[in-house]
Amino acid sequence: MRAADVVTALALILVGVIVIVDVLQLGIGWGLEGPESGFFPFWLAVAMVVAALAILLQALRQATARPFVTAAKLRPVLAVLAPATAMVVVMEVLGLYVASALYMAFYMRWVGRHPWSTIVVLSVGVPIVTFVVFEKWFLVPMPKGPFEAWLGF
Amino acid sequence: MGFENLFLGFSIAITPYNIFVAVIGILLGTIIGVLPGLGGANGVAILLPLTFTMPPTSAIILLTSLYWGALFGGAITSILFNIPGEPWSVATTFDGYPMARQGQGGQALTAAFTSSFVGALFSIVLITLFAPLLAEIALKFGPPEFFAIQLLTFSSFVGLGGGNPLKSLVSILLGFILAAVGLDIVTGQLRMTFGFTELMKGFDFIVAVIGLFGIGEILLSVEDGLHFHGARTGMKLAVVLETWKVLPRYWRTFVRGAFIGFWMGFKPGGATPASFMSYAFAKRFSKRADRFGKGEIEGVIAPETAAHAAGVAAMLPMITLGIPGSPTAAVMLGGLIIWGLQPGPMLFKEKPDFVWGLIASMYTGNILGVAMVLAFVPLFAAILRIPFAILTPLIVVVCAIGSYAVHNSIIDVWYMLIFGVVGYVFKKLDYPLAPLVLALVLGDLAENALRQSLIMSQGSLGIFFVRPISGAIMAVAVFFFLLPVLTPWWRRRRQGTPPPVASTAARH
Repeated sequence: MRAADVVTALALILVGVIVIVDVLQLGIGWGLEGPESGFFPFWLAVAMVVAALAILLQALRQATARPFVTAAKLRPVLAVLAPATAMVVVMEVLGLYVASALYMAFYMRWVGRHPWSTIVVLSVGVPIVTFVVFEKWFLVPMPKGPFEAWLGF
Repeated sequence: MGFENLFLGFSIAITPYNIFVAVIGILLGTIIGVLPGLGGANGVAILLPLTFTMPPTSAIILLTSLYWGALFGGAITSILFNIPGEPWSVATTFDGYPMARQGQGGQALTAAFTSSFVGALFSIVLITLFAPLLAEIALKFGPPEFFAIQLLTFSSFVGLGGGNPLKSLVSILLGFILAAVGLDIVTGQLRMTFGFTELMKGFDFIVAVIGLFGIGEILLSVEDGLHFHGARTGMKLAVVLETWKVLPRYWRTFVRGAFIGFWMGFKPGGATPASFMSYAFAKRFSKRADRFGKGEIEGVIAPETAAHAAGVAAMLPMITLGIPGSPTAAVMLGGLIIWGLQPGPMLFKEKPDFVWGLIASMYTGNILGVAMVLAFVPLFAAILRIPFAILTPLIVVVCAIGSYAVHNSIIDVWYMLIFGVVGYVFKKLDYPLAPLVLALVLGDLAENALRQSLIMSQGSLGIFFVRPISGAIMAVAVFFFLLPVLTPWWRRRRQGTPPPVASTAARH
């Protein structure tokens, strides 16, 4: 827990410093039309660095035995996160409908070990319902790929 | 007093189309409230892109109805599954779940829904009476007053939020910094884009809400491999009527809960402390205090009344001042801007049909809501019996669709994943997420108010303290910011012993 707290505080300090460096170039003082672009973000970042430093000191002073996450708990988390990331990569090429169908089918089989009949019905049905609701009713287009083009949409 | 305004509102809220919209909203909201990982704020965020083509009044009715539904749905999971869907339903599990285990699930649910309804109604009546007055006062506000109120909003997270005040502060600052990324609309300069054109648009709060609350929550809940131990319940009309016969006995608990809820609720982050406070008061004043925690109906009434009174009260500052009292209200405020409305006191003058339609729909929405949840509880509870390996990918896909639809860009889906991981880490380390989202929504407004104030005063910060209204608000804000420093010092002076840490930790 302590290590994670320290790492997060350090990351926040890093973000703060990057922001400070960037906005210094924009100017943080008084311009022709009042405060310059960097004025507000500069003081926000300074305050964040100070607060994160204080959190860092707090974290260093207290020792907790409780781990941030155990390997057993991290496994299911990554099992959600990794295929989800793969889905977004696939989405760039094949569109949202095919990507979400593949993702749902994969997860249901790999983690849930559900029978293929359930998997096919759900992973085909959900994208079709999504298509009708978004593209037809509300006219909100989703990313489409070669498969939808082949179907003529 | 303009009762004709309220009639105008009802004439808008009770059209068949708007009633239909409200029913759909409540239905979806209750489902969202029951599902793990989805709650009021990200439910509203996911549906927001669908409302872009709707008339604004119907759109806000859809989103507020969704919010009422989500509030009701939270009670179902708390009582039947011992899973608080939202932080303010934690106190409901104390007595609700034991009741359900003892076969009194029907009574507990009836009590919870009825108390929610009473609490909500109390706050709506107060909103009807006070919102026009507050808006009238707010019309005289200039930029310094608005900035002072925003500061007050954030100071109350630091001073009253519980938990580590430094972490609340960092959440707020990070939210403001993320809001500042992209084009600076005043000077036209690019800020913190580091040469990436993708960063020019900045970070959309909708995507942040979906990632932080939706994906983050899912990651957190799969950790324990979610096995729901649900208590089964049948909802019979006889049980409902029987419970209603008993409830009037607890009128004191209702009144106390409603007042605590409203009072805490129109300040941000108030619903959770309100529900705990109401529970603690009920226990203290009850003749059956020893039964609390073992399945006492009063222990369900108290937190539910307060949480809903607070949830509704959070709408008051949103419609009158343009400052949201909760993350969900913040997302709705973002919706207002997208629909082309300027949130704030001018709404009452310029768009009375919108404001009063919204207020009237709060009455109709809650009446419809309580009837619907009472009728369909078994149906909603059945959702949680869907296997977890089916629900999880479904929720992730819904979140991805919602994120993409905001700007029709896949980069937002990537942001959603990143925000999801950040949400997971922050939640585990007790960084509060609500202030981050509020800061992200209010970032531009706050910065503009600050800049305009400084232009008025030619760079002097004194302007916030010399104007009477903003000075008074600033004084309270500074007091809240200092509260985490003052409280331990005060305790030490009074007792001469180190303060117990448990009192603040218990709020989580």
